[in-house]
Amino acid sequence: MTVTPGWYMALAAVLFVIGTGGILLRRNALVMFMSVELMLNAVNLTFVAAGRELNVLDGQVAVFFVMVVAAAEVVVGLAIIVAVFRRRQTASVDELSELRG
Amino acid sequence: MDLALSLIVLLPLIGMLILFAFGRRIGEPGAGIVATVAVAGSFVIALVLALDLFSGEGSVETVRWFEWLPAFGVEAELRWDQLSTLMTLVVTGVGSLIHLYSIGYMHGDARFGRFFAYLNLFITSMLILVLANNFALLFVGWELVGLSSYLLISFWFERDTAAAAGKKAFVVNRVGDVGFIVALMLIFSVFGSLGFDTVFDGAHNGELTGAMATAIALLLLVGAAGKSAQLPLYVWLPDAMEGPTPVSALIHAATMVTAGVYMVARTGAIFEVAPIAAATVAIVGAATALFAATIAMSQRDIKRVLAYSTISQLGYMFMAVGAAAYVAGIFHLMTHAFFKALLFLGAGSVIHGMSDEQDMHKMGGLAKKMPVTFITMAIAWLAISGMPPLAGFWSKDEILGVVFERGGLWQVLWGVGLATALLTAFYMTRMMWLTFFGEPRWDEGIQPHESPKLMTIPLVVLAGLSVVGGLVNTPFKLTLEHFLEPVFEAVHLAHAPEGSVAWILAAVSVAAGIIGIGAAIFRYRDRVPAEDGTGWRLLNNGYYIDDMYAGVFARGGKLGAAWLAFRFDVRGIDGAVEGVGSLTRRVGGWLRPLQTGFVRSYGLAVVAGAVGLLVWFLSRGGL
Amino acid sequence: MDFPILSALIALPVAGGLGVLLVRRDELALPLSITSSLVTLGGAVWLLFEFESGEAGFQFVEKSTWHEPWGVGWHLGVDGISLLLVVLTAFLFPIALLASTSVTHRVRQYMASMLFLQAGITGVFLALDLLVFFIFWEAMLVPMYFIIGIWGDERRIHAAVKFFLYTAFGSALMFAGILSLGFLVSDQLGGPTFDFVELLGADLTRTAQFWLFGAFGLSFAIKVPIFPFHTWLPDAHVEAPTAGSVILAGVLLKLGAYGLLRFNLTLFPEASVDLVPVLAVLAVIGILYGAIVAIVQTDIKRLVAYSSVSHLGFVVLGVFALTTQGLQGGVIQMVNHGLTTGLLFLLVGMIYERRHTREISEFGGLASVMPLFAGAFLFTAFASIGLPGLNGFVGEFFVLIGSYLSLPGYAVAAAFGVVLAAVYLLWAYQRMFTGEITVEANRGLGDLNLREKVIIVPMAVLIVFLGVYPKPALDIIEPSVDAVLERIEEKTDYVVPEFGSTTDIAVEVGE
Repeated sequence: MTVTPGWYMALAAVLFVIGTGGILLRRNALVMFMSVELMLNAVNLTFVAAGRELNVLDGQVAVFFVMVVAAAEVVVGLAIIVAVFRRRQTASVDELSELRG
Repeated sequence: MDLALSLIVLLPLIGMLILFAFGRRIGEPGAGIVATVAVAGSFVIALVLALDLFSGEGSVETVRWFEWLPAFGVEAELRWDQLSTLMTLVVTGVGSLIHLYSIGYMHGDARFGRFFAYLNLFITSMLILVLANNFALLFVGWELVGLSSYLLISFWFERDTAAAAGKKAFVVNRVGDVGFIVALMLIFSVFGSLGFDTVFDGAHNGELTGAMATAIALLLLVGAAGKSAQLPLYVWLPDAMEGPTPVSALIHAATMVTAGVYMVARTGAIFEVAPIAAATVAIVGAATALFAATIAMSQRDIKRVLAYSTISQLGYMFMAVGAAAYVAGIFHLMTHAFFKALLFLGAGSVIHGMSDEQDMHKMGGLAKKMPVTFITMAIAWLAISGMPPLAGFWSKDEILGVVFERGGLWQVLWGVGLATALLTAFYMTRMMWLTFFGEPRWDEGIQPHESPKLMTIPLVVLAGLSVVGGLVNTPFKLTLEHFLEPVFEAVHLAHAPEGSVAWILAAVSVAAGIIGIGAAIFRYRDRVPAEDGTGWRLLNNGYYIDDMYAGVFARGGKLGAAWLAFRFDVRGIDGAVEGVGSLTRRVGGWLRPLQTGFVRSYGLAVVAGAVGLLVWFLSRGGL
Repeated sequence: MDFPILSALIALPVAGGLGVLLVRRDELALPLSITSSLVTLGGAVWLLFEFESGEAGFQFVEKSTWHEPWGVGWHLGVDGISLLLVVLTAFLFPIALLASTSVTHRVRQYMASMLFLQAGITGVFLALDLLVFFIFWEAMLVPMYFIIGIWGDERRIHAAVKFFLYTAFGSALMFAGILSLGFLVSDQLGGPTFDFVELLGADLTRTAQFWLFGAFGLSFAIKVPIFPFHTWLPDAHVEAPTAGSVILAGVLLKLGAYGLLRFNLTLFPEASVDLVPVLAVLAVIGILYGAIVAIVQTDIKRLVAYSSVSHLGFVVLGVFALTTQGLQGGVIQMVNHGLTTGLLFLLVGMIYERRHTREISEFGGLASVMPLFAGAFLFTAFASIGLPGLNGFVGEFFVLIGSYLSLPGYAVAAAFGVVLAAVYLLWAYQRMFTGEITVEANRGLGDLNLREKVIIVPMAVLIVFLGVYPKPALDIIEPSVDAVLERIEEKTDYVVPEFGSTTDIAVEVGE
């Protein structure tokens, strides 16, 4: 059995849905953050797979961009979460609803 | 020549700069002396330069100062021809006498130096006006004399009336200036230049269509009517009497107000091809002359009598230039400068001696107390009333003669002029009688006294000029006419009648003067009539025209402007702008509840959106 | 390569602003920033003297490409239209800074904002790349927003937000316009470009010109401001600190008129010619409306603000007269308005610092306690009224006569503006300065001090100089505006009306 790109796509879709579910269902900001990473990596996987299949480098280039951005985002995000936790002693997003209109 | 001619303008300018900078330090009377010397210096230079022209040897000269507005084909350039020579001599001559007088009159004023700075500014501006060699520079002078007039009328700015009068003068003049500016636009659009030579040669050579010429000439008339206080823009001049009396004499009688007459004479080449406009000038002049004379009959303030008299006499000049009798108009301008300046300065002397009393009903019997003032003013009185052989007789007679000679409907204007002559004699006699004759009616504590020498010497000089000034252009020897003729080569000058008609006309106008004088003497001989009937009140208030203007333009205009500013602008235009802002805000308010603050619901919305998009793409048949 | 003087003119104020922020000493902020602006002024004056007047094209051009495929690059240049405005900007800033001694809190931030503002404005005048132009155009909004919003008067936040949103609304349209223009021409020019000089080589369809004219024009019209987009101006002026008002009136408003002249007329000539009647009507309405509304204002700053609406109307009328004299008049009127209205705001600021009110009725009779101040005010008022011998006259005269050639009816209507100018300014002077002193608080006011004299004198000197001898300035402007007109004549069937043609009066009236 050969591993066709379809498998990669399917795996990516599964990972993506898991990530989405994590974001929608979990309350802890840290876990939600991890879910976001999962989603990003699902996308990365499709990029790489599609790049390989089409035999172009663009997919891998895009992945590098995503990784760099994700790294930056993690830094900022974690810093915010830590700062919030220090102040409020909680990381539950349901208790952080100050932006309600 | 160049330098000398430039110096005529530069001397008063330098005087002005010195006085603006150091006026306070120079103090009294030094500041007055500086200013007087500057103007007298100009006069002397002008006189020396004029000798060549007088002898008929000199030629028209121009002096270029610097390149100014090449886009309009004009330079900062002065023109020294017969007309500007004459105007320069009148301005600087009468000007220096009035400067001299002012040293005495302004004695003790806190802003003595500033006053003379303004006077020198005025002389500079007036010289730029009369010496300009193009319309643009003429307009510069035209506006600058307006500025000096503003500054001098509201010189005693602590008085609200003075400040208001100065503003009124400037604004009314500006209304006239709109006409002038539009005329300049038309001139430039036709000739592509604002230079005198280009324009006048062009007009002479038929480059103007009749309609265009008429339009330009009528617009110039609007400008001239503003500056020279003709109907319907005369309302500022009576109020301008709020200024110090020498200012009234210099600016609002002898020089600035005659700028309109000068301008019409200067642009004669245009009026030549616009006969309808020229006739309009004459009609406006005649109407103003009669109108202002009736008002002058009823004024109690000695300066207001003279103010309306000035308007009336300017009407004569307009009548003359409108009838193409440019020489006669300029001639009357000159003699009027002498005797009207004299009358104003005399009135100033009376006011000075009466401790600032201006109401003639509270004067009387001053002849003995102020002999020099009385005698000199009496000469001016007879001169303006047209008694031979004084100056006013010759010039007024020439105007009436020319107008009569043109025949047809012009003779109606002659009739108006004659009636005005009668009224002039009447109101001047009334003024003299109320002031100098009869029983004293002074307020308690007033000790009338003759003015100091500094003030009476100019009176005497002007009186002399009022006597002999007319002799430069008598029917027997038309010296002035021959002198000015080169300037008016392009136009057909109207001439006075000759022979028996001339004698009869002269006799008629003298008779009118005598009737006027006699009637006034008869009326005011032994008592002061009450003068408070409806008719008198109507006249005394100038037919309420000023009040009407105040109501319509000042009050009405302010109401309209307030509506625009506080309703239309704030509620209408800005209301729409602010409305957009508050609408945005309100819509935002409605949408606010959508933001729950729960990350989860945002995430759900994102997912729902993504799924929705996916469904949409798939339903349209695949990606 | 020559010294990049134009970049230096932009960089110097930025450096000065950063310096002020970095040196953490409030008392050094003013001297530092004034030094910086004086150095910039020196550069601008050098530019003025090195400039070849009589040349139509851009001089001192600096060009380097940033991103070839999009045709974006750093492209600066100065010609007769922008030179005087650049110099005016450099001239007004040291004066405005000197007039800011009453700012006491957050001094360093204030001075830095002013200097950044200067860099932004100078950049707008110099930029020849539309994207760079747009960046400067937006960049200058930010410091101005802070200047009004932080150092302003009571209702400063409202005024600052209004100013920002109103102009940003216009900017958004312009940005869309710039982008579509840059890509529209890519077929003709072989790739998109935002370079102004290259864009001149493109031919746009009539429809495209029309829409782009609208996108650019609305943004500029708000900035000028052209009636009826003017209502942000009085609010902003009233609330802004003195220096803010000076810069706002002195140069910021000119950016709109400059933009119309620089971009709309040259890039969209057909649309410009078609839209002349619209702009001329709005200009004349602005002239008369601004003046009438100014008459009855009770707040002296509002009065001067509305007078700006009127004066800028003359600029727009002159620009859209599409004659040499009209365009020359428009440009010189921009400079003159910057000087006279700038000085008027400075003077109003001086009296505000003494009495902390702008209500005209709170004054009265000031001339007897502050004669020098009264004289300076009257002098400036007359310059603003357009008295010959002072600068205001030259611009108005050129605009009126120049616009008569092409737009006779409008020019005649605009001429009435000169009466109204005399009414509102002289009446204001009368109410504030003449008569007896009515409010006791005014009795002890001191006259001008040395700092204030230092502020007034250079402006007054320039006002007189440009009034008496405007020729050098006009010579600088003329070739450049002629080039604009030539371009319009070449691209459209418009012909600049010739003077000296004896037109029948009936035709004139019929128009």
